[in-house]
Amino acid sequence: MPALIVFGAFAVVPLLGVLVLSFTSWDGIGAIRPAGFASWQAVLSDPGLLHALWVTFVVIALSWLVQTPLSILIGVFLAGHQRYREFLAVLYLLPLLLSSAALAITYKALLDPNFGLGAGLGIPLLVQDWLGRPGLAMGVVIFVVSWQFIPFHSLLYQGGVRQIPRSMYEAAEIDGAGRIRQFFSITLPQLKHTIIASSTLVVVGSLTFFDLIFVLTEGGPGDATRVLALDMYKRGFQANLMGPASAIAVILVVVGLALALLLRRLGGRDPDDSQLTGA
Amino acid sequence: MERIALSRRSFLNLAAGAGAGAALAACGSSGPSKGSGAAGGATYWFLTVDPGERIRRGAVNRFNSANSDRKITPTAFQNDAYKTKIKAAIGAGQAPTIIWGWGGGGLKSYVNAGQVEDLTGWFAQNAAVKDRLFPSSFGAATVDGKIYAMPCETVAPIVLYYDKRAFDKIGAQPPQSWGDIMDLVPKFNAKGIAPFSLGGQSRWTNMMWLEFLFDRIGGPEVFNAVFDGEKDAWSNPAAIDALTKVQDLVRANGFVKGFSSITADSNADLALLYTGRAAMMLHGAWTYGAMALQGGNFVPGGNLGYMTFPGVDGGKGDLSDTVGNPGQYLSISSKATAEQKETAKKFFATTVLADAEVKEWTASGNVPIVKGADATFAGSKDADFLSFVYKTASTAKVFAQSWDQALSPTAAETLLDNISRLFQLSISPQQYVSNLNQVIGK
Repeated sequence: MPALIVFGAFAVVPLLGVLVLSFTSWDGIGAIRPAGFASWQAVLSDPGLLHALWVTFVVIALSWLVQTPLSILIGVFLAGHQRYREFLAVLYLLPLLLSSAALAITYKALLDPNFGLGAGLGIPLLVQDWLGRPGLAMGVVIFVVSWQFIPFHSLLYQGGVRQIPRSMYEAAEIDGAGRIRQFFSITLPQLKHTIIASSTLVVVGSLTFFDLIFVLTEGGPGDATRVLALDMYKRGFQANLMGPASAIAVILVVVGLALALLLRRLGGRDPDDSQLTGA
Repeated sequence: MERIALSRRSFLNLAAGAGAGAALAACGSSGPSKGSGAAGGATYWFLTVDPGERIRRGAVNRFNSANSDRKITPTAFQNDAYKTKIKAAIGAGQAPTIIWGWGGGGLKSYVNAGQVEDLTGWFAQNAAVKDRLFPSSFGAATVDGKIYAMPCETVAPIVLYYDKRAFDKIGAQPPQSWGDIMDLVPKFNAKGIAPFSLGGQSRWTNMMWLEFLFDRIGGPEVFNAVFDGEKDAWSNPAAIDALTKVQDLVRANGFVKGFSSITADSNADLALLYTGRAAMMLHGAWTYGAMALQGGNFVPGGNLGYMTFPGVDGGKGDLSDTVGNPGQYLSISSKATAEQKETAKKFFATTVLADAEVKEWTASGNVPIVKGADATFAGSKDADFLSFVYKTASTAKVFAQSWDQALSPTAAETLLDNISRLFQLSISPQQYVSNLNQVIGK
């Protein structure tokens, strides 16, 4: 009940506000004037929007492709109860405790072509124009995002793996299944819901990912890493065009909801059905 | 059945939510006058980072101890946070009494929204306050012929810095023309020294090159036409020439390798110059202090040279023309009470850039926008540089404001975006021109 009030005040009301603003013209300071579909027309006819959508899609896809397999492997590894694994688990969690802005500033310093890690250690391979070339900059963004969030998803998978009944592995062993066979025939299918939950978080998280990219590249070079959320911020708060920025915000909400629903669909109609029987 | 019950419940919740929302809104709007103490108490927001913050706070303290009945409450914000915060505060009617700013396009957007006081009449009555400041500082405080801000603090033209050691190594003299610059580039590259340092990720750093090239080739009229909102003003042949020249310099490896990964806020661009990895750097006069502080023996040892940007053969611009920050600006919120406005005006008249503050700016290696400030330079370890800046600022035929500050925030964002692509060589000069012609006057 109180949750619904909070949700209404801090999610629904602002959302409606943004929807209304997208049909106005406002510079953030002066009077708000109704502008009909002008903002929508400006946003939808701007090639920048399509580009930002594409960049966002690339970030989502690459983040998922990098984070999911690595998180599953680390999660399975950490699910063991050995002492050294629990010690490593603590170490792996560290990146999660750091703020995105601090991370971005640190990586920026490390990647500086003249005074960064590569130059400092004298490793020519690391001396690249990391944030100055479109492809490299995107790679750096994916790397840092993954570095930061893999610990979190590993934690989810660790929990997921520990929930799988031991009896299933014992049965498989009696049937002569090896380690790898067990992983693909038992662990992965049993993790289905965890994978969907984690993927939803990766996808929706990447969709609204902002702080790290803002500090690391500010969407640059050019617009190579300008994701939708950054495009919205730049239009709204740097270019003072609140109308078009609100229109992009609405698009973000719609895309985010659509993706989340799609992922739920992939998980099957009834989220409560047991994974123990089938697969 | 359950569905109906649920929707009724949600309805009640929504109603409660709306009530809570209204209550929250009410909390929010009770802000403006709080924390200002006595009736005439005013608020003043400005930027952090020393020496500026220390000097600003010092001025407020002097004012407060001289005026016990009307105190000013200062609050300092980090640069980027401030830019967003002040905009939001003004938009929400919660502005401080005294608004610190950069003048130009940002000030104009406040003026258009009716959020700042017209100070034209006040300056007419207090001519002494106006007459002791650089006349060039008032341009960016003026919108449609009226003055909306008090110029304050320091003047910072863009300067061409160079490392004397690097020029000794290749046995050459600092450039006297654009042709010299292009000739020097391969010579420095052959010695493994980057010809120019540049913090290209910050975008406005690249812009300084265009500001000078536009002026030297076509004179100040070229950008003034853009500023005045003339249709297709960017299509001027001088503009195309300048844009092409800067791309020529990029292609010739005139800028340090990886310049798009270097930011100005980390001072890595300055470090390239003082560590001897780059020979020259076009940058604001405000960077001198940081180089003196961080560069070890570089500045005290007399290795830092500085000059104004050289001319372009056949160009129209006057060599004395310069560009940069003609000052900083203090406006008064039109939403402030009459007493608060009086307090602010008294602060402007008695304390801003009074002798004590002038001395502090000079001691920190900056030139305050006060006529005759050069008399206080004698004996300073930075006297030569300060005199150079004072002379550049006070004898400039045209002192243009930085483009991104002069234009509206909307146009400035498109400008910076396209400048970074131009330096990336991902758009041609023609594409730059057509992209920017679309935001003229916006």
